[in-house]
Amino acid sequence: MLCERCGQRQATVHFTEITNESKQETHLCEVCAGEIKPQGFVFAPQLSLQNFLVSLLNQELGGGGYGIPADTVRKCESCGVAEGQFVKQGLLGCGSCYPNFEEKILPLLRRVHGSTRHTGKVPERTGGRARLVKELDKMRDQLKEAVSREEFERAAVLRDNIRQLEKSLEEGAES
Amino acid sequence: MSFKNTLNSAHSKWMDAEGPEADIVLSSRVRVARNLAGIPFPHLLDAQKSEDVIHAVRLALVNKEEPELLGGLEISGLGELSPLDRQLLVDKHLISPDLLKNFQSKAVVLREDEVVSIMVNEEDHLRIQCLLPGLQLKEAWDIINRVDDDLEKTLDYAFSEKLGYLTSCPTNVGTGMRASVMLHLPGLKITKHLGGVLGTIVKLGMTVRGLYGEGTEAVGDLFQVSNQITLGQSEEEIINNLESITRQILTQEHAARNALYNDRREVIEDRIYRAYGALRYARVLTSEEAMRLFSDLRLGLELKMISAVPARVLNELMVKIRPAFLIKSAGRELSGYQRDVLRADLVRKEFEGLPC
Ligand SMILES: [Zn+2]
Ligand SMILES: [Zn+2]
Repeated sequence: MLCERCGQRQATVHFTEITNESKQETHLCEVCAGEIKPQGFVFAPQLSLQNFLVSLLNQELGGGGYGIPADTVRKCESCGVAEGQFVKQGLLGCGSCYPNFEEKILPLLRRVHGSTRHTGKVPERTGGRARLVKELDKMRDQLKEAVSREEFERAAVLRDNIRQLEKSLEEGAES
Repeated sequence: MSFKNTLNSAHSKWMDAEGPEADIVLSSRVRVARNLAGIPFPHLLDAQKSEDVIHAVRLALVNKEEPELLGGLEISGLGELSPLDRQLLVDKHLISPDLLKNFQSKAVVLREDEVVSIMVNEEDHLRIQCLLPGLQLKEAWDIINRVDDDLEKTLDYAFSEKLGYLTSCPTNVGTGMRASVMLHLPGLKITKHLGGVLGTIVKLGMTVRGLYGEGTEAVGDLFQVSNQITLGQSEEEIINNLESITRQILTQEHAARNALYNDRREVIEDRIYRAYGALRYARVLTSEEAMRLFSDLRLGLELKMISAVPARVLNELMVKIRPAFLIKSAGRELSGYQRDVLRADLVRKEFEGLPC
């Protein structure tokens, strides 16, 4: 068998590529096998996520777009970090920077994560309302399940608990 | 105690080469970022404020509720360790190289078996890490989750209902979680399929890096694959996603290895026995060459062509041949050439004791 690539030398290297649907065989000579470079993938560790973020930020906020020097821009009231500093380093100063620079950060989060809403773990003690909301979701599921199984006594208890929780959430929202 | 053991031995639990899919997956790691409410992120802290953060973590360790989880957890300021010992922690994958910058304001917490470690004052106040051998992402997350719960009983975290755990860099906000697997992919490399497979992984929203990735080439055909997105997905979703992508890579790597085994058996055998011979008898060995030979030998092990050197020994050797461990075991400064000689010496001795 001759090499599929050069058609001149004897094929001595046989690759079998198995993709989702098909099995594809490639037969090459030693020379061509050695020459084929990995395709499509550029290994570039210097392009870190943070560098990428900084360039995104520069594109969106800085880069002279506003014509305002970095240090005269608004600062976070809690930590004193200026917007421009954030743009330069890609690092925020404190937790309050998130609400303080919200209108700048949210579009960025949408681009980086494709989302602006946390759906994961909520800390037990400091989770506050989020913890209650999550608990409420869980209880509603349990209620549905209890009803479908015709466990009405359990359903009644769950329903009362849900109402109570909803009420305390509403009160929390008003205050 | 644990720090002394850690710093005198190249061994760590993740090197045990056990757990599911250990023939390709060297280790699984889950790391979460946590910050303390009301305190600026580490890069803004002066020495005193940094010390306050370390002190808070110290208190949380004392107040632990699950002794078997946090038990045996020991904390040490990075400044209390010698430069070699600090580097050794990096080489053993227990801390990141970033923790060595401005080390005076930083600390590390280690569990005795080194499965759990916490970096204090790295990019975030806490980076809690769990490192296990083989493909054990769910297990690692379960441990992290409980350690995190226990710490939170004492520490007030910076958390927002909407955005989750608040982190110094917005790329980590939400779950604050990076899950990763360390994969050995020589089959894909030799069959020239690595580029395509890794390219696909990147398109699926994962990040790929080489081990100790300083240059452009991954050392020893080892690649770390991790999630990129931390917001909008739950921890379980992130873990499941990474696990299913990992399983697809495993299928491809197995196929490549089978193809090599079936079609080019002598070539592969030749490569593996040459690696064995070189490691067994070499008198001068650069770390780059050693890592390449380890990779070949590991492939032979995984294809069951050779059994003389257990994977556990290879995993440990990856740390033992690093400059920090060599200098430490020599007890004096070494030139590059002296290191290459000592490295060959150390590997040779290790192999002498093993049956061929
Ligand atoms: Zn050819
Ligand atoms: Zn701030």
